[in-house]
Amino acid sequence: MKHSEVEILDAKTREKLCFLDKVEPQATIAEIKNLFTKSHPQWYPARQSLRLDPKGKSLKDEDVLQKLPVGTTATLYFRDLGAQISWVTVFLTEYAGPLFIYLLFYFRVPFIYGHKYDFTSSRHTVVHLACICHSFHYIKRLLETLFVHRFSHGTMPLRNIFKNCTYYWGFAAWMAYYINHPLYTPPTYGAQQVKLALAIFVICQLGNFSIHMALRDLRPAGSKTRKIPYPTKNPFTWLFLLVSCPNYTYEVGSWIGFAIMTQCLPVALFSLVGFTQMTIWAKGKHRSYLKEFRDYPPLRMPIIPFLL
Amino acid sequence: MASSEEDGTNGGASEAGEEREAAGKRRRRGLLATAWLTFYNIAMTAGWLVLAIAMVRFYMEKGTHKGLYRSIQKTLKFFQTFALLEIVHCLIGIVPTSVLVAGVQVSSRIFMVWLVTHSIKPIQNEESVVLFLVAWTVTEITRYSFYTFSLLDHLPYFVKWARYNFFIILYPVGVAGELLTIYAALPYVKKTGMFSIRLPNKYNVSFDYYYFLLITMASYIPLFPQLYFHMLRQRRKVLHGEVIVEKDD
Repeated sequence: MKHSEVEILDAKTREKLCFLDKVEPQATIAEIKNLFTKSHPQWYPARQSLRLDPKGKSLKDEDVLQKLPVGTTATLYFRDLGAQISWVTVFLTEYAGPLFIYLLFYFRVPFIYGHKYDFTSSRHTVVHLACICHSFHYIKRLLETLFVHRFSHGTMPLRNIFKNCTYYWGFAAWMAYYINHPLYTPPTYGAQQVKLALAIFVICQLGNFSIHMALRDLRPAGSKTRKIPYPTKNPFTWLFLLVSCPNYTYEVGSWIGFAIMTQCLPVALFSLVGFTQMTIWAKGKHRSYLKEFRDYPPLRMPIIPFLL
Repeated sequence: MASSEEDGTNGGASEAGEEREAAGKRRRRGLLATAWLTFYNIAMTAGWLVLAIAMVRFYMEKGTHKGLYRSIQKTLKFFQTFALLEIVHCLIGIVPTSVLVAGVQVSSRIFMVWLVTHSIKPIQNEESVVLFLVAWTVTEITRYSFYTFSLLDHLPYFVKWARYNFFIILYPVGVAGELLTIYAALPYVKKTGMFSIRLPNKYNVSFDYYYFLLITMASYIPLFPQLYFHMLRQRRKVLHGEVIVEKDD
């Protein structure tokens, strides 16, 4: 069989980094990355970006050499993506933080509030309820990371973990400080407000989980296929009729519920920031759905039915 | 740090390569946008010139800086607040600067004028106020005239030279003036508890302006060198045609 040759050049300096001869034409980019790592072990496959054009888009791991517009000698350009960390590691770290940090404030561990409050307990029911909801939320996220989600990419740049953890841990501490403060003021409309907020929170948590399960079922284990999500028998998934990313819709709803429950401005701000970020993600996802699928349902909006 | 020096041209561009690119952008930008930006930059140049002259006249007449802020505050507030438009220019794309960069620059100025100097009256006669006012005034006159001339396609070399050299002194001077002013304001802020919310309150939030000012002062430490070295890199590129290979991000 005719073998191909692959030369790999640095995308910025055009320096010849590696020459691979006797490459099978059916070899995938993933296999070429593995071969490249042999000669440059510091660049493990996850941090390699190989492309046909120095300024072009990265080739996918599944792309087959034969199917690319190259001759028998392929020239690929390499760009170092920097140190990488797995998505699972990032998610577990960024979610474990808030779970733990909130509890520090809930139990009024020393050096947070005045010494006379150390290890005391709030006399407001809503404070205990809030702790349960917040903890449930993050335990759910951790379990979903371990058992539900199917990730398209294995890794992300290392610096993201510092950025993400600062965001999650910082906001968790800020919120928890006020909710568990000895001078905390319970909601203006009392038990009515808390009950309504709890209902919103629970519905949205169930909704969010339902969507995660539906998305998981779209994609067989170990695959990276993308399909249009559709409503299932589960009523919570019927939001797919109106919205591309109902998981984000439900997530915002959960936090709005939590904000109403605790009547705490930092929670409202956290919801707002989260909403802004999720809207950006939802719009991006919506756009890629539209690009990839000709028959994408036209009624759907990215995140808020009919509006956004 | 609030010296408003960024490489984004609020209206034009400087040397050959950038001019060609900017000319292309201008063609896309449209006649209305160019006309508006030209007017805007001329108006701002004039405004800051008026401010400079008023400051000089005050000092020549009174021989002291005491009362100087009060005498020019209306003009300062008008023209510095008007600069919020620059964020809009970035948002609608008639200027190539990023919204974030422009936003940070203008916000720090607005903060200094309205949330510090205007609001904390006892520090208005501090020398440090004159220090940053002088730095800002010279910087802005240089910057806006640079943009004006670039837009009109007749940029004298000395204007370009000034824009990319004055900041070397003005930037640290401005930062010093700002930091010293905030520092002088601290005791008054602590004593009066201004702009602060205490617990308990029904929104379960608190804010201490005193600590906010301390954190702001501390933030100058990482931010000022980054902005300063960015301008130095721009200077080398524009004035000396150096090709700088950016660090891979």
